[in-house]
Amino acid sequence: MGRTLAEKVWDDHVVTRAEGEPDLLYIDLHLLHEVTSPQAFDGLRKAGRPVRRLDLTIATEDHNTPTLDIDKPIADPVSRTQLETLRRNCAEFGVRLHPLGDVEQGVVHVVGPQLGLTQPGTTVVCGDSHTSTHGAFGALAFGIGTSQVEHVLATQTLPLSPFRTMAITVEGELPEGVTAKDLILAIIARIGTGGGQGYVIEYRGSAIEKLSMEARMTVCNMSIEAGARAGMIAPDDTTFAYLQDRPHAPRGEDWDAAVAYWRTLRTDDDAVFDHEVVIDASELSPFVTWGTNPGQGAPLSSAVPDPASYTDASERLAAEKALEYMGLTAGQPLRDIAVDTVFVGSCTNGRIEDLRAAASVIEGRAVAGGVRMLVVPGSVRVALQAVEEGLDKVFTAAGAEWRHAGCSMCLGMNPDQLAPGERSASTSNRNFEGRQGKGGRTHLVSPQVAAATAVLGHLASPADLPGLAGATDVRTTVEV
Amino acid sequence: MEAFTTHTGRAVPLRRSNVDTDQIIPAHWLKKVTRDGFEDGLFEAWRKDPEFVLNRPERAGATVLVAGPDFGTGSSREHAVWALQNYGFKTVVSSRFADIFRGNSLKNGLLTVVLPQETVDALWQLTENDPTAEVTVDLVARQVRAEGITADFELDENARWRLLEGLDDIGLTLRHEADIAAFEAGRPSYKPSTARI
Repeated sequence: MGRTLAEKVWDDHVVTRAEGEPDLLYIDLHLLHEVTSPQAFDGLRKAGRPVRRLDLTIATEDHNTPTLDIDKPIADPVSRTQLETLRRNCAEFGVRLHPLGDVEQGVVHVVGPQLGLTQPGTTVVCGDSHTSTHGAFGALAFGIGTSQVEHVLATQTLPLSPFRTMAITVEGELPEGVTAKDLILAIIARIGTGGGQGYVIEYRGSAIEKLSMEARMTVCNMSIEAGARAGMIAPDDTTFAYLQDRPHAPRGEDWDAAVAYWRTLRTDDDAVFDHEVVIDASELSPFVTWGTNPGQGAPLSSAVPDPASYTDASERLAAEKALEYMGLTAGQPLRDIAVDTVFVGSCTNGRIEDLRAAASVIEGRAVAGGVRMLVVPGSVRVALQAVEEGLDKVFTAAGAEWRHAGCSMCLGMNPDQLAPGERSASTSNRNFEGRQGKGGRTHLVSPQVAAATAVLGHLASPADLPGLAGATDVRTTVEV
Repeated sequence: MEAFTTHTGRAVPLRRSNVDTDQIIPAHWLKKVTRDGFEDGLFEAWRKDPEFVLNRPERAGATVLVAGPDFGTGSSREHAVWALQNYGFKTVVSSRFADIFRGNSLKNGLLTVVLPQETVDALWQLTENDPTAEVTVDLVARQVRAEGITADFELDENARWRLLEGLDDIGLTLRHEADIAAFEAGRPSYKPSTARI
């Protein structure tokens, strides 16, 4: 019987396999950041162990880093200590680090791909659940805990139990104005936050093949929000074109050998998935969340659901609690929800295409009175590219704040936070209670919806804006 | 890692689904660089409510958390496991755990037990009606026992053995040093390297 893409990559990394034991898997790339690594380095130090493969390990600073005044000492002493700890650990063990102020600094999941380190058929881990992002390249990439970070530092391997395979096939054309973010939010709403539990998801079908690499990263990034162990997309010419000539991409004969291997990384025709989901791209429309987990989402054109409509008791209770926390009432049109803050950024939507998309909507318009809009590039490279294209000027002319690269308001470990009761439209990945600041209320949206929302002051899509030439109204499209 | 064989204690019934790791330990606690001192951050936002189950005097000293489905979703932060342990929990029962949280828990000796939702419902009912009711989680027999409830649970033999023995995963893996070196010798030259160019 044939094998799926995920099974092929897994099989190519098995170091040892024995009955009744997890497979020992080799790890090709280990990404580190300041939050989940200090205790792992401590463990190495206590055991007197070195980092086994410095040439497969790289670190950056992202979660704690401020997005203003980066040339000044970090105001929060605890954040400062954590960043200094990473710098000390990297210096002591010899790990390559791109600290705040370095041109290669940024959100770890933006940095890996742009350096060309994330490649098809590799295994990629990081002490961060959004490591699933790298699956967009046909890599088997997943988030790990700190004990596993220490394990990979010491052994470059991980003992892992087998996974199940799920195919999510998206056929057809995404309607105009509908993005990869809308697609993945609709998928999560359909299969639920636990729907992917135990699975590696492979996204496939004509709509997926048409996505750019950056859009594919947005899709794979949020696989974890459906509970999946990883999300993957088979590498193709789009992948190879993105990688070619990046700093760490293979060159010369190595490039040819790599591409020849990468072309084998497709699910065989006779492979069988443990579970399959089929989605018609043409039925999708801009999608937003109304609740406190990423599965609690609905088309922007619809209304806040009535908890009483849920047959499952725990889902009903979760919806009730979510509406209470979010300060929403059942039946309220989603478009009527006014926001205080708009955040464009994160490992989900902080790449150059995301900034271009948001800029194209807001160009020549203004952020609504009383609304704060933060634009935080995913990396310094993304920021430099955006400046070269004049996107920073587009944002600042509209009244948005153009900030330095980092995770920022996605999780509010730095000063970029919501105040209690404040409401955001955010291009990030989690609408959990308090995620963006204590008492903050988050609606997950695409960059285009974020920008339109900033202009109108309530949840909106570009089609709602007056005078946007060529826009089509997608309000009447059907729910998935 | 501390070994886990069997544990008996009073329970905290947590009637919530989708308890994500941001609720278990909010991000601002993640700035700490140690594995301890997280107990005050556990469920920090919910604990501001004096009626929250963890704040009830009859739950003081409870060591068994009985949670709703999809416990531990979201962020991979192992701090969530440390916070539960620092607070005093030895084991968590749920009908479904998020994968990364589950892996983290078993690596730290916090036993996460998967039981059918009906059994979780029965444990909720028992421990809500009688806060003094004790729950036994027996890893040797792979069984949860409480008054009127006996439920077997599954845990793969390898994970069980490592928990029972309190074994260090890294030490176990390093026994395969020769296999790892042999695998490395066969890796293609086109594989990525982080060495500075």
